[in-house]
Amino acid sequence: MTAVAPARAGRRKLSPLALFEALATPHGVDRYLELVNPMLTVRDMRAEVTGVNRSTADTVTLTLRPTRQWRGFQAGQFVQVTVEIDGVRRVRCYSPACSQYRDDGRVEITVKAHPEGVVSQYLHANAAPGLIVGLTQADGTFRLPPQRPGKLVFISGGSGVTPVLSMLRTLCDEGYAGDVVFLHYADSEHDVAYRDELCELAAQHDNVRLALAYTAQETGDLHGHFGQEHLDAVAPWHAEAETFLCGPPGLMKSVRALYDAGGLTDRLHVEDFAPAAVPVDDDATGALSFGRSGLSADNSGATLLEQAEAAGLTPEYGCRMGICFSCTKIKTSGCTRNVRTGDIDADPDTEIQLCISVPVGDVTLDL
Amino acid sequence: MAHPTVTLTPEQIDELGRELDAIKLRLVNDLGQADRDYIYRVIKAQRALEVAGRAAFYLGFLPPFWLAGVAALSLSKILDNMEIGHNVMHGQYDWMRNPALNSKKFEWDTACPGDQWRHSHNYMHHTFTNILGKDRDIGYGVLRMDESQKWNAYYLGNPLYAFALMVFFQYGVMLHDLEAENLIAGTTKWSDTEELRRGMLQKAGRQTLKDYVLFPALTGPLFLSTLAGNAAANLIRNVWAYSIIFCGHFPSGVATFTQEETENESRGAWYVRQMMGSANITGSRLFHILSGNLSHQIEHHLFPDIPARRYPQIAAEVQALCEKYGLPYNTGRFTKQIGSTWAKIFRLAVPFGRRGQQDTPPAVTVVPENLPAAA
Repeated sequence: MTAVAPARAGRRKLSPLALFEALATPHGVDRYLELVNPMLTVRDMRAEVTGVNRSTADTVTLTLRPTRQWRGFQAGQFVQVTVEIDGVRRVRCYSPACSQYRDDGRVEITVKAHPEGVVSQYLHANAAPGLIVGLTQADGTFRLPPQRPGKLVFISGGSGVTPVLSMLRTLCDEGYAGDVVFLHYADSEHDVAYRDELCELAAQHDNVRLALAYTAQETGDLHGHFGQEHLDAVAPWHAEAETFLCGPPGLMKSVRALYDAGGLTDRLHVEDFAPAAVPVDDDATGALSFGRSGLSADNSGATLLEQAEAAGLTPEYGCRMGICFSCTKIKTSGCTRNVRTGDIDADPDTEIQLCISVPVGDVTLDL
Repeated sequence: MAHPTVTLTPEQIDELGRELDAIKLRLVNDLGQADRDYIYRVIKAQRALEVAGRAAFYLGFLPPFWLAGVAALSLSKILDNMEIGHNVMHGQYDWMRNPALNSKKFEWDTACPGDQWRHSHNYMHHTFTNILGKDRDIGYGVLRMDESQKWNAYYLGNPLYAFALMVFFQYGVMLHDLEAENLIAGTTKWSDTEELRRGMLQKAGRQTLKDYVLFPALTGPLFLSTLAGNAAANLIRNVWAYSIIFCGHFPSGVATFTQEETENESRGAWYVRQMMGSANITGSRLFHILSGNLSHQIEHHLFPDIPARRYPQIAAEVQALCEKYGLPYNTGRFTKQIGSTWAKIFRLAVPFGRRGQQDTPPAVTVVPENLPAAA
């Protein structure tokens, strides 16, 4: 008998879903449902945009209603949002800005329109209620410890406000009583996406102190870029607190340096909100070969993704910072170094992330 | 003229290559929403036909409904296999970065597992098109489709094998990667094919379960009527797919190549081989869609990874290039192309089969530029 039932776990064989999947083979049930209603899914997770608010000139805040697979998130985590633009699906990571206890189960994200950003420009210009986007479960280790610390400092810059605002809103919902300082950097008061919400939270909670620092405006709680004096002014006790930081690379760097110098590295928790520049290997050697396309080039020391693109290939990618695994490909042979962890991988035929791996000597990719 | 000869200089071949590269670049830069909308329209039509066909069998005791069910399900399978499956698996829609339309992940509604097809078709056939001894699509290892395949008594059954392949086409396509002729010749071992066979068994098993067990069972007392309807739809798809595919490279006038002539082939020469080794079919817009635009086999072989809806748009340009360089652009009505293919199947069953004058494929002679073109 050639009719062999697909190998599945015995328990699932009898479920209605297994029957529907056997009937829908080889395409899967969602490939049919999505043509009727994209929010009706069995396996895929998506979200419908239910609210759009352009609070500053270059940001847009979206409220998302996820499909039933959504398992919620912890404040500070991120989700991947997939948007189809001119036929092409683009994946970007966003940290929800709402409280993890938001009672309607919806997710709020804020997108800053970068001049070169394909997705952010698109969403800023075109997002409207009813738009369907792809969504992943929340991920990331940037979150509050389950046992809430006695004191907390949040430092953010620009649209890096979202994960730490989520933390603040979550703490307020919990009735957190410890001291909180929320230090946020922006060019001017017109560039603070959540200014009204932040002021309201600070006004309602005696333990929350808000400090808005403007780099291009003389007024405000603080002025100029981050420095020791800012921290001393608003949170002189920061050494006893846990600090959560998210912002552009310049801000991240100076806060890190200050905490490292003060021996407070363990008390600083960071979210890399923009991809950091990867240092180019000075002593790049060998050649990078792309087995599938037959191309090869001298190792320039840049990441495998950049070198593949320089060779004219267009591998799939997403975050370009090593978290979404969109660009994972098979390394057929050779040795690579993970630029995030410094780990060396010398195993043949292993899956590696192109965007955060650089070749060490000769490498062949199945690309 | 027994052997029409096209005389080209290497420079002309390179120039042709550049002109075709320019067409491709123009198409790639223009891919976008229209292509996405098109493939989703086709997918929507296919899924609707499939659901309608499956539903019609619940009234299968009424002949018009049974026939309508067969028609809808046949069309569904034809669209799924040809305009959607074949083309998606070529990577024509990979640029969309949609996992459901990704060439590495897509599975089609037929017995052949997608990954095996991608190897034998996308890589082997499309790279080594019509090179004797390298392109296993010349006769698929079971038929004699070219004079240069040495005749033996086995080929007396050529029409019979072709007929069987047509009727059981989905299984023929599935078994293609086993390379039966190499197993018989002993150049590959049966035990080496275990993984292939496991993949085939799994895929064919799922297809069989769906078409011949589950859907018939869901119609209760109409089990046999639904089973017959599903079998009929599979048969119609088999005959259609076979016929379109055989018109791609086997009609009279299509050239084959030796391994020696194609050694160190330039990109331009690769294009020339694709054009001379393929044949188009003329027809209506619906005919082209139902053939997966393989009726534009020439354009498909030039740009296998460009969405097939683009082939009709560039056909006139490609034909003009063929005229400019004196290359044949083999095209004709479906009846003409399939007729000459069957005639070839019968003719090559016997050792002394002679081809007619118009059947002789042209040959390309490459001459250095400083020599006068031979008359």
